[in-house]
Amino acid sequence: MLTRAGPLLFAGGFAFLLFVLLAELPFGDPVMAVGRVVLDEAAATVGAANIVTSVVLAYRGIDTMGELAILFAAATAAGLVLGHPGKADQAEEAGGFILRAGADLLFPLLIVVGMYIILHGHLTPGGGFQGGVVLATAFVLPVLARPGQVPSHGALAIVEGLAGAVFIATGAAALAYDHEFLTPLLSPGRLGALVSAGTLPILYLAVGLKVGAELAGLLIRFTEADAESPR
Amino acid sequence: MVWVIGLMMVLMLATAIAALVLDNLIGATVAAASVSLGVSVLFVLLRAPDVALTEAAVGAGLAAFLLALALKRLGLWRIEVQQKEEDGRAD
Repeated sequence: MLTRAGPLLFAGGFAFLLFVLLAELPFGDPVMAVGRVVLDEAAATVGAANIVTSVVLAYRGIDTMGELAILFAAATAAGLVLGHPGKADQAEEAGGFILRAGADLLFPLLIVVGMYIILHGHLTPGGGFQGGVVLATAFVLPVLARPGQVPSHGALAIVEGLAGAVFIATGAAALAYDHEFLTPLLSPGRLGALVSAGTLPILYLAVGLKVGAELAGLLIRFTEADAESPR
Repeated sequence: MVWVIGLMMVLMLATAIAALVLDNLIGATVAAASVSLGVSVLFVLLRAPDVALTEAAVGAGLAAFLLALALKRLGLWRIEVQQKEEDGRAD
């Protein structure tokens, strides 16, 4: 009885807290004034047609670097728990016909869609994180279809490390020009052009490759782990 | 617009309940992923396409992938027909 009461009490208290907070706020009336300022300023100063990107990479660039660091730490910890890579020789049999044919068809499509989402991150919705996830699924799908042929973890680690280094180097380059860390360099360019918004596309490409390589490595390690672990 | 929101609410509730109720764990995984798809449609209607894209990629894609791999690792990745066959072989 008492074990049930605890979570119920917590949920009730939490609901009460939310209710009190919401009762004080006028509905649909933003309390923060920052959003309005960003909407007015971002297109002219940063040059990204997608305002979200200008917030994520230009105004809150260090937040994004923190996110990358958190993702890296989580992937490393999961890799440690999941154990040794390799051991492809005892791989299970290949997937069924539908899975194999679907993986062959979807692989190029997913690569193109992922790269499109990453490279147009400063113009259209999406960006490095979303495109990176799409790229990761593109590389894990063939592993599911043919468990024997695994992309090497070394290559994935090199891509991930280079992408992270490019992100930090782009941020550090701003220091050389007496700006703050991760300030967008180069000219904003014409709003809506593919080559615009200064260094933001480079940053998003780095984010996308890093996230993609990281998640692909993690998921592939997950598929390998199930072959060797006892039930 | 309102009826799309209503449809999505019904769909999300139905798939969420299906994820809880279904005995077939593969079906439950798919149902859990389709809740995320409904959420991402709602995000598009609320004019947050960036969040919708993240929800579709991570919530529907990656989370379903992880759930499926976890099922496979636990040895629960099978449909009932196969299960009966394996049980019959064990006898």
